[in-house]
Amino acid sequence: MWHDAALVAGKDIRIELRSRVLLWQVVPFGVLALILFALALGPSEVALRRGAPGLFWLALLLASVLASGRSASIEAAPGTRNTVRLLGLDPGGVFLGKACALALQLCVLGVVLEAGLLLFFHVDAARLATATPLALLAIAALAAVGTLYGALVAGTDVASTLLPLLVLPALAPVLIAGERGMAAVLAGGGPGRWAVVLVVMAVVYLAVGVLLYGPLEETS
Amino acid sequence: MTLFLDRILGPLALALTAVTVWLGLWVTPPEEVQGDIVRLLYLHPALAWVALYLAFGLAALASALYLWPRTRSEKWDLLAASTVEVGVVFLTLTLVTGSLWGRPAWGVWWVWDARLTSTALLDLLFIGYLAMRRVPADPHVRARRCAVLALLAALDVPIVHYSVQWWNGLHQDASVLRGGFHFKVHGSMLWTLGLSFIAMTAVFAWMVRRRYQIAVRDEATADAALDEALRERRAEGVR
Repeated sequence: MWHDAALVAGKDIRIELRSRVLLWQVVPFGVLALILFALALGPSEVALRRGAPGLFWLALLLASVLASGRSASIEAAPGTRNTVRLLGLDPGGVFLGKACALALQLCVLGVVLEAGLLLFFHVDAARLATATPLALLAIAALAAVGTLYGALVAGTDVASTLLPLLVLPALAPVLIAGERGMAAVLAGGGPGRWAVVLVVMAVVYLAVGVLLYGPLEETS
Repeated sequence: MTLFLDRILGPLALALTAVTVWLGLWVTPPEEVQGDIVRLLYLHPALAWVALYLAFGLAALASALYLWPRTRSEKWDLLAASTVEVGVVFLTLTLVTGSLWGRPAWGVWWVWDARLTSTALLDLLFIGYLAMRRVPADPHVRARRCAVLALLAALDVPIVHYSVQWWNGLHQDASVLRGGFHFKVHGSMLWTLGLSFIAMTAVFAWMVRRRYQIAVRDEATADAALDEALRERRAEGVR
């Protein structure tokens, strides 16, 4: 399974490096969302700093929906899924590989958005750096959920409209835990039980994904 | 059994609901602190119980049975779809009755309490399930996707259940039982509340039964229409 996961992750990352959808579409969308949220809050320094964690996670969540859709659409071309299936890869490995590739892309996006927080929201750089483990946990959960729901809608005519409806309610706990945890870290404390929520989400969705990705692969 | 389900369940559900309404509105006394708004609570917990545990529990079970190769059958897919559809109605009514109670009790229609928020998210998750069912696809493809989606959405049910304990929000803890069979409600209020659970369960069972029968007939009609279209095309070929 792990070998198959590495193969699939390598394939998705190579496709991304060639197509650069992340660089030219997903990352600019995330930055745009961050700027628009800041405009909606107004120029108040206090409001911007207070809202920074929530807006960071909201921008990351919305951009992750785009990235998830893109990740799933790689196999949506006619015959591609059947070709992957004929290779005899373990479905759990395919899921983990795609989730790893998506997580790596979201890490890049997260770094850019954190730079946006420093630039536009004037948060403390040292405290933001200490929130990195929390962000990694959240990204693991985002990637697992995004890969699973992306596979659910892949190949349908309405994938672009259906995916946000399905995935955003499922990602709401990541938004809540990420925001509360980061807000606590930026205030000088620790993430506390919010980190536990993210660990549980990541583990549960990764396990469920490994179990249920097989039936989803059969459908396409 | 079929006779009972077809002929008796509907009138029984109606009668039980009527008795619950009569007891809740005219027989039980107003509550000491809440006054008459307590009467909404003869409906709200029963609706929530049916939606959360019965409807979505059944949907998850039927979906798991569909995904399991040894038990895979179209009937489980149709049963899951029927229970989710009725469950969404019950859960939406839970939110509406909770909101109607919250306005006089808390002063607002909605608070960002963990129980309320997680329930609203659960409703949206299962509305997504219903949206997925309407996406044109091969019936087997749709059934598997929806089965996976139902299992994923059902992951939110334990979060809703334990949210009042994990986050200590505004929503009250267990309404009837506290630590086993230590009742917090007594007398006619307790019996009315108990009857409301039975009545809502009967209404749910009747609605699911009818919805399932409609779904089976829909499938049969679609199959017949396809057979008819194929016959016509073959006839054109012969001519």
